[in-house]
Amino acid sequence: MKRIKTITTRDMAESKVTGGCGECQTSCQSASKTSCSVANQHCEQRKEK
Amino acid sequence: MVIDAASGAVHSVDEVAYDAIQKLDEEVTGAGAGAAFSDSGLIDRIASEISRKHGISEDDAKETLGDIAELHEQGLLWSEDPFEQAADEIKIRQSVLKAICLHVAHGCNMDCEYCFAGKGDYSGKSGIMSAEVGKRALDYLVEHSGTRRHLEVDFFGGEPLINWDVCKEIVAYGRELEKKHNKIFNFTLTTNGVLIDDDVIDFTNREMGNVVLSMDGRRDTHDRMRHSKTGGGTYDMIMDNFRALVDSRLENAERSSEYYMRGTYTAYNKDFAADVIAMADLGFRETSIEPVVSDPDVPYALHEEDLPKLYEEYEKLALEMLAREERGEGFSFYHYTVDLTGGPCIYKRVAGCGVATEYLAVTPTGDLYPCHQFVGDDNMIVGNIYDGITHPETVGIFSSGNNIYTRDDCKNCWARLYCAGGCAANNYHSNGDINKVYRFGCKLHRKRIECALMMAAAREK
Repeated sequence: MKRIKTITTRDMAESKVTGGCGECQTSCQSASKTSCSVANQHCEQRKEK
Repeated sequence: MVIDAASGAVHSVDEVAYDAIQKLDEEVTGAGAGAAFSDSGLIDRIASEISRKHGISEDDAKETLGDIAELHEQGLLWSEDPFEQAADEIKIRQSVLKAICLHVAHGCNMDCEYCFAGKGDYSGKSGIMSAEVGKRALDYLVEHSGTRRHLEVDFFGGEPLINWDVCKEIVAYGRELEKKHNKIFNFTLTTNGVLIDDDVIDFTNREMGNVVLSMDGRRDTHDRMRHSKTGGGTYDMIMDNFRALVDSRLENAERSSEYYMRGTYTAYNKDFAADVIAMADLGFRETSIEPVVSDPDVPYALHEEDLPKLYEEYEKLALEMLAREERGEGFSFYHYTVDLTGGPCIYKRVAGCGVATEYLAVTPTGDLYPCHQFVGDDNMIVGNIYDGITHPETVGIFSSGNNIYTRDDCKNCWARLYCAGGCAANNYHSNGDINKVYRFGCKLHRKRIECALMMAAAREK
């Protein structure tokens, strides 16, 4: 596409099927301690692959 | 840049495409975007308007509109939200205890003006955690962690290093539990740095993941709020210690990025980008800075009218980081480290913070609170490590009906899948209700996410 570049992001619908293992980091525990954000967290399943 | 809120898709667009999407968006009604695309009169009108405004041919404009229609068909623009119906199920699946914040010391060797913990002693409830309480807290975590394998334990305070021997004893006990129960503990530490010595450096390098080092950036900024017990600034007391710890981490590939220089900005340093850059200039490559959350009447409080300046600073920081990356001098900022492809699944993004369910704070005497920011508030105690949850009604406030679809502010927010609903403690402390969003914080968080996505788009170019 000439004027639009779609940046690769995780397929959320697919993640509903394969996700939910619950192994990821919880809350703001070990970095900010004052503002929860998930965008910068990692999926533990993907990290191990 | 255009973001499709429901799918989380991010598109880097030029002005023509941006305009076209905006015009289409104004026409999308309850009938959905599909209806707009099948209205050939509407598409012709928009193509003509764009063609005139941007000085391009109508064919070119129509090609762009065709591309936009294709993205809609792929579920990447004006997508329906398929997750709202499943939100409650999604929340329930995330309900084992995964992490605890161990308040090993309610006391501090510093006297910071903005401390949310009542200068370390949590409203006069000072105390030092015994090894027995700490070990029982780990047992409690293991007992309530179900099949979850990775468990997180942060040593927090006050200042945890004033109770360092107990921290080490708790870690040793954790390593025994790992073998017995097939668990993996990730221990972390949050410290002001005063008591960092060779033993702390050696032990944390061997045994601890992330180490959060509290430092506010420029010397003047830091010393203005982070005081010693005798009243002076603490910059000179901590910098060599932080330098030694980080240098030592850099020698270990596994640990080299497992630290954060973590600052707080206030009304005194609204030009906080300079503080983050000061951290980077000192050679600290993992940085983080958070806005102070305070009583609105204190002189250092941040207010709504500060937002334009704060937005400007986030943008300035993002652009400076990109410029440094190009020069091979890049560094990381916590909120801009967005993992677009390897980030969390939809379960995590809907459920958000695990406060009171996946995560608990443990006081020196073993009381349990929903998170570290509620410690000291008698209305928020949920139980203790010996008797378990004794106030299920308080846990219930956090666990039931608390997700990004239960709050209108979140449900209609474009950033919902990148934020996951924000901080319950900030909500509570600003509005007295964990379900009423802290709008000032939301505005800043949206700006941070916008900058992070802008940086991702710039890198792709």
